[in-house]
Amino acid sequence: MWNSSEPSTRLVDKARRAALARLAMSDDQRFGLARHVILPGPLKLDGGGALAPVEIAYETYGTLNADRSNAILICHALTGDQHVASTHPMTGKSGWWTRLVGAGLPVDPARHFIICANVLGSCMGSSGPGTIDPVTGSPYAMRFPVITIRDMVRAQAMLLDHLGIERLFAVVGGSMGGMQTLSWPATFPERVGAVVVIASTARHSAQNIAFHEVGRQAIMADPNWRGGAYYADGAPPAAGLAVARMAAHITYLSEAGLTEKFGRRLQARDAKSFGFDADFQIESYLRHQGLSFTDRFDANSYLYITRAMDYFDLAEEHGGTLANAFKATRARFCLLSFDTDWLYPTAESRAIVHALNAAGAPVSFVELKSPFGHDAFLLEAPEMNRIIDGFLRAGEAR
Amino acid sequence: MNSLRPDLAIIARNVAPGSRVLDVGCGDGALMAELRDHRDVDARGLELDPENVSAAVARGLSVIQGDADTDLADYPDRSFDYAILSQTLQTTHRPDRVLEHLLRIGGRAFVSFPNFAHWRVRLSLLWGGRMPVTRLLPVAWYETPNIHHVTVDDFRALVKERGITVEGAWFLNGDKLTTAAAANFRAEHAVFLLNR
Repeated sequence: MWNSSEPSTRLVDKARRAALARLAMSDDQRFGLARHVILPGPLKLDGGGALAPVEIAYETYGTLNADRSNAILICHALTGDQHVASTHPMTGKSGWWTRLVGAGLPVDPARHFIICANVLGSCMGSSGPGTIDPVTGSPYAMRFPVITIRDMVRAQAMLLDHLGIERLFAVVGGSMGGMQTLSWPATFPERVGAVVVIASTARHSAQNIAFHEVGRQAIMADPNWRGGAYYADGAPPAAGLAVARMAAHITYLSEAGLTEKFGRRLQARDAKSFGFDADFQIESYLRHQGLSFTDRFDANSYLYITRAMDYFDLAEEHGGTLANAFKATRARFCLLSFDTDWLYPTAESRAIVHALNAAGAPVSFVELKSPFGHDAFLLEAPEMNRIIDGFLRAGEAR
Repeated sequence: MNSLRPDLAIIARNVAPGSRVLDVGCGDGALMAELRDHRDVDARGLELDPENVSAAVARGLSVIQGDADTDLADYPDRSFDYAILSQTLQTTHRPDRVLEHLLRIGGRAFVSFPNFAHWRVRLSLLWGGRMPVTRLLPVAWYETPNIHHVTVDDFRALVKERGITVEGAWFLNGDKLTTAAAANFRAEHAVFLLNR
């Protein structure tokens, strides 16, 4: 059809071409659910060295508008994935942030072109320790380079180049996703217009690192771990990974939330067993959380991503002063914390707000009330939605 | 501008267009929105009540949830042209320290407060012997957020003692201006523009 020999005026031809371009856009194989791309790279890494090629699994929702100005990148947390608003292929569960992303919600495919990519180091299709090393023909395992949050962000920028998106309307993320959204304006000041940081921090504290180290040691103490070379025989260090998940899961919940949900109630029994079964409901719950996690997550990925989070210190990357990270950007910022989140408490968000003020950046911040601790950002949070909606729409009105 | 509270309308009229403003205790952002939309002002806000912050952010304003008593220290010197404190001075734990921060952060400061020496307040205390409950002070003593009642003359004395310059002053009786001379008796409400 492009080579139509039909004689036509220039104007009609132009209109037809525009219509065809729009049609071609909707059929663009780069856009849609369950996408996977192998980019040549190399991706230079903070730890030295480079990664090539770079595999990225991602999804897009909605339509990129004509001037490519409506793209929102959603950044996922430690054990998250690209299925932000679509059914997870392994668990069959609906997307992990369907309370924020979807029709009539603050991030809406009717208005926004939404991108969510599996982070570097993960195990849902993007390059990670489970990926085949082209040099050896077998999985990288622990030969995979140690990566940082900024490396994840640079990989996302490579994906945007591939998608033909120069500038993001907004980046939105919670927890480790929030670390990426903070890293975005610091790394690519010109490429993002609005930044939403939820329940997150600009640096991992000693306590944060300590909990992660417990998880990593649990994995590495599992005899099945074998220095990470467990991919060949299908016997991964599931017990170690489950313990890592159990320890981490406690940090996602509040003490009051645990008491309300479980208290000291016993699990399917009338009396204590005087043994070491899961007598208490909380024990049973944690064991279930640990076990079900091993069905969907790779232990080596858990090591690599927790390491990236522990290494995260945005101020350190900018001469020790956090405000310097935001000197070059003109982005607007919106930060949210939850009053019962003790993993990344409100004080961490306030430190970021302080730095943004010092840098003169436009910033909004609210501490929201929730009984659910760190996990609150993934749960029903009408006030969070209201604020994010207002924040995003204010940028669209300009 | 008609929908603005009278003291806010005075402030809005006297902020230089195109300036940078920090509104401390900005409420739902009514003044900030007015300044942004009609005076081309880059306005930022600080507000204690999370619902007010939400409302302001939903208007597209940049507002931080925080406390004037503790969080003003986080703002760099001279980072704004004006700092505004409307109807908030009397709710702070240390109004004098808040005032010092305002003048440190902004080159100039607008401060508005209800005058506790207004004749109606005086009469109420004199004849009734009870803490006044009036239009501008509508809450009983035990639940009022106004913990440091102040009069026009008190404020003038504080400002003088601290070597602060009064650049402008407006005194309101209802929504009408009244004279400076009788302000301590006749004004329900005062607005000061200060600098140092």
